[in-house]
Amino acid sequence: MIPGIGTLTQDTLWCFSQVKGTIEIGTTEADIISTVEFNHTGELLATGDKGGRVVIFQREQESKNQVHRRGEYNVYSTFQSHEPEFDYLKSLEIEEKINKIRWLPQQNAAYFLLSTNDKTVKLWKVSERDKRPEGYNLKDEEGRLRDPATITTLRVPVLRPMDLMVEATPRRVFANAHTYHINSISVNSDYETYMSADDLRINLWNFEITNQSFNIVDIKPANMEELTEVITAAEFHPHHCNTFVYSSSKGTIRLCDMRASALCDRHTKFFEEPEDPSNRSFFSEIISSISDVKFSHSGRYIMTRDYLTVKVWDLNMENRPIETYQVHDYLRSKLCSLYENDCIFDKFECVWNGSDSVIMTGSYNNFFRMFDRNTKRDVTLEASRENSKPRAILKPRKVCVGGKRRKDEISVDSLDFSKKILHTAWHPSENIIAVAATNNLYIFQDKVN
Amino acid sequence: MAGASGLGTGPGAAGGDGDDSLYPIAVLIDELRNEDVQLRLNSIKKLSTIALALGVERTRSELLPFLTDTIYDEDEVLLALAEQLGNFTGLVGGPDFAHCLLPPLENLATVEETVVRDKAVESLRQISQEHTPVALEAYFVPLVKRLASGDWFTSRTSACSLFSVCYPRASNAVKAEIRQQFRSLCSDDTPMVRRAAASKLGEFAKVLELDSVKSEIVPLFTNLASDEQDSVRLLAVEACVSIAQLLSQDDLETLVMPTLRQAVEDKSWRVRYMVADKFSELQKAMGPKITLNDLIPAFQNLLKDCEAEVRAAAAHKVKELGENLPIEDRETIIMNQILPYIKELVSDTNPHVKSALASVIMGLSTILGKENTIEHLLPLFLAQLKDECPEVRLNIISNLDCVNEVIGIRQLSQSLLPAIVELAEDAKWRVRLAIIEYMPLLAGQLGVEFFDEKLNSLCMAWLVDHVYAIREAATNNLMKLVQKFGTEWAQNTIVPKVLVMANDPNYLHRMTTLFCINALSEACGQEITTKQMLPIVLKMAGDQVANVRFNVAKSLQKIGPILDTNALQGEVKPVLQKLGQDEDMDVKYFAQEAISVLALA
Repeated sequence: MIPGIGTLTQDTLWCFSQVKGTIEIGTTEADIISTVEFNHTGELLATGDKGGRVVIFQREQESKNQVHRRGEYNVYSTFQSHEPEFDYLKSLEIEEKINKIRWLPQQNAAYFLLSTNDKTVKLWKVSERDKRPEGYNLKDEEGRLRDPATITTLRVPVLRPMDLMVEATPRRVFANAHTYHINSISVNSDYETYMSADDLRINLWNFEITNQSFNIVDIKPANMEELTEVITAAEFHPHHCNTFVYSSSKGTIRLCDMRASALCDRHTKFFEEPEDPSNRSFFSEIISSISDVKFSHSGRYIMTRDYLTVKVWDLNMENRPIETYQVHDYLRSKLCSLYENDCIFDKFECVWNGSDSVIMTGSYNNFFRMFDRNTKRDVTLEASRENSKPRAILKPRKVCVGGKRRKDEISVDSLDFSKKILHTAWHPSENIIAVAATNNLYIFQDKVN
Repeated sequence: MAGASGLGTGPGAAGGDGDDSLYPIAVLIDELRNEDVQLRLNSIKKLSTIALALGVERTRSELLPFLTDTIYDEDEVLLALAEQLGNFTGLVGGPDFAHCLLPPLENLATVEETVVRDKAVESLRQISQEHTPVALEAYFVPLVKRLASGDWFTSRTSACSLFSVCYPRASNAVKAEIRQQFRSLCSDDTPMVRRAAASKLGEFAKVLELDSVKSEIVPLFTNLASDEQDSVRLLAVEACVSIAQLLSQDDLETLVMPTLRQAVEDKSWRVRYMVADKFSELQKAMGPKITLNDLIPAFQNLLKDCEAEVRAAAAHKVKELGENLPIEDRETIIMNQILPYIKELVSDTNPHVKSALASVIMGLSTILGKENTIEHLLPLFLAQLKDECPEVRLNIISNLDCVNEVIGIRQLSQSLLPAIVELAEDAKWRVRLAIIEYMPLLAGQLGVEFFDEKLNSLCMAWLVDHVYAIREAATNNLMKLVQKFGTEWAQNTIVPKVLVMANDPNYLHRMTTLFCINALSEACGQEITTKQMLPIVLKMAGDQVANVRFNVAKSLQKIGPILDTNALQGEVKPVLQKLGQDEDMDVKYFAQEAISVLALA
């Protein structure tokens, strides 16, 4: 077991570490965080926002080894990844919003990540520079031109140390391959390919080749009126380079084996839970749509998030999930109003902790939930400015369902549906989490006694 | 060497007397760090000039350290630098100092951009040959070891390509170390490195002693061929070819074949695809006996593989397979063991497979001879000529020359014609374009009579196609036909029809007449041009559409050199002068241009 990762027993307390982003109430749309992702070592944390920017935080090197200040990150680099564009052929605006960020395995001293908006995936290099050449032949130290006649010797520039500079440079642009909106990107364990999925198709790319990609899944019917489902998320298996899964708006997951054929229209496995007829309602179909799918680090399980639950499936059992966790079942009675204010279409994501023993996903009112798979305990926590004192312990929250409201409970009716936590990330090997709440990024760590 | 450019003759030679020739070098050095990439690139490309001016000592002590840290630059600059350094040995003082070039190349061998890394490795391989055996062990081998044990996989992948150049010249102790390092890279944690090792396995095997090949390379090969990642396994197929060339038939059977058999049946289609794709190489490397016993049955499986990509790759190799078989057995093997599978592929469900087959199937006729071709292949050709997929039909038509030599094209002409006509009228203009390009070839093989009777009208119809690219291609086609069939034929069949279009109500068709005249005049010669074409062109100078008029000017410029002076002065000049006064700017411009080019002013 990885040190530092226990189970979420009663003793695991989460405490505040940092909050990033402005405090002002009136937030601009562009500042809303749209994706959060740790790199493979957990030393870096990237966020993308609706304004097309990517901000990378680096773990504070000095405090890294102090147990109480392990979870401190500072801005490392900020860059504009995508710009708003206009597709003149289709008269469509292409938003700059960053839909997903995925880190590549580290290959040299620089870091590489993929970022995508609705249409275009970009490969970015983030590198450090700490030396600067000095000394010119034709200019003096102050930059004044020298008289060519006075040049009697040649000077070769010399590199001198300078303040550390972090630069982000676009290395590849993978464009023009998606007719619909890209919802997922996933890097393959072979380190040379990745896939991008939109509503109806999944494409396979080689990192080195930008002018062609292979279509591996296409569910577009010949007649668009026969369209009954769309692809909502897709991910590669963490170790088997030939295996990937994609989820659909019908609540099903398909596992495909790229060894079997070049076009993966026929799935190898099909994960579906039979519907309970007694629970059927007008909203059944909408709330069963899967908003995120994630392989466990071990590669044995997949986790899916739909509107009200998060489910864990064993790759070896297709007919039902092995675990189902209720995220906010109290909303079941409020689906009608959630439909009217469009919240029912919110796409919540879900994450595993480093040892696959705990899962985390978001809810409304800036609440997020954790489920311990071993002890079956769950907890609701809140990302809020109010208890943002350093190392303040997060108090578990409770939403009351019945008529009587106890102290410290919050009633369903007073939940703020405009404050939603869609994106979270868990450090790959430690109990440090990053939670995106609108325009703020909260970092929490577990309390160590 | 240093004296060659007159810039100095030795260490520290440049300087002292305010020499003018220093200035351009000073500029080059400063531009190594200019903000403009083009200027930096330019300076890097003239690195040898800078080094000459500095002399060998300063190049070693100042220029190379600076370049070693210049790894932040754009890819194209780094690429140029990596390339330059490969030829730098003379500029740093010759082979005794070749090792000074290793630090910058070592850095370049770890950048993320593959082309730069590959170029750095190429230069390192080049420089390794310039090292003395002592220097090789003192400097080069340690560099390879550093790369091989680097933290990042980019450096380890680069190391994979360097083992084979230092191995032959190393001492036995070092050789053992090198083999050990290569072994460990073959089982590296990252698939990137294992792929690099797999792709260099064959090359490394070639420089090893035969015993080591058997005792060390073969187990590595077997491991890589059963790697968990199919992207690694498929590279082992390539290595198979090189390794096979080193072993005896008996060894092949026991050491290599079990692995190859496994690859043929691999669960991943990409590995099977690789076997199909490398089939000819495998066939040559394995020799006739194994080919007959193992490879032919394997090939049959590939031809009926469940994945279309594999079937297509195998179909592509049908002809080469036949050509590489021993001459005496060729016919029987193909007839009995391959042809039945080919017959199936002709009606494959996948158009990609059928078109791959169609691109090579005609080549079998030379191997099978006249009778077999007529009896067995001809029905297949005819079926493919009627295939629903235009690519298939096109591929058959484009390879007609192979059959022509064996049975003559007449056998096919009855089916050929409908196929051509259909392609000629295909809704996709690219298909029409492709068939036009085969017209001169077809015309040559079918002969004038057949052509006039059946195909001429098609060629004329393309001239009024609604896609410009088709009209343009049709025009060029006419020119090639005239070159083939001669001017008399042109005068009787083509020219009258082209000239009639000059009166067409559609101005685009009228312009086509002009384009045809541009293309045909040279092939038709002075007489036809002057007597038949020129009057029409001149008449069109009065066209009401300006586009036609300025094309008249362009045509006159084009055909002018073919005409005699009388026609030029008496007929062309007045018309061009008139067009030179045209109210339309473009007409005026082209008329004046024609006048000056033809020197009629």
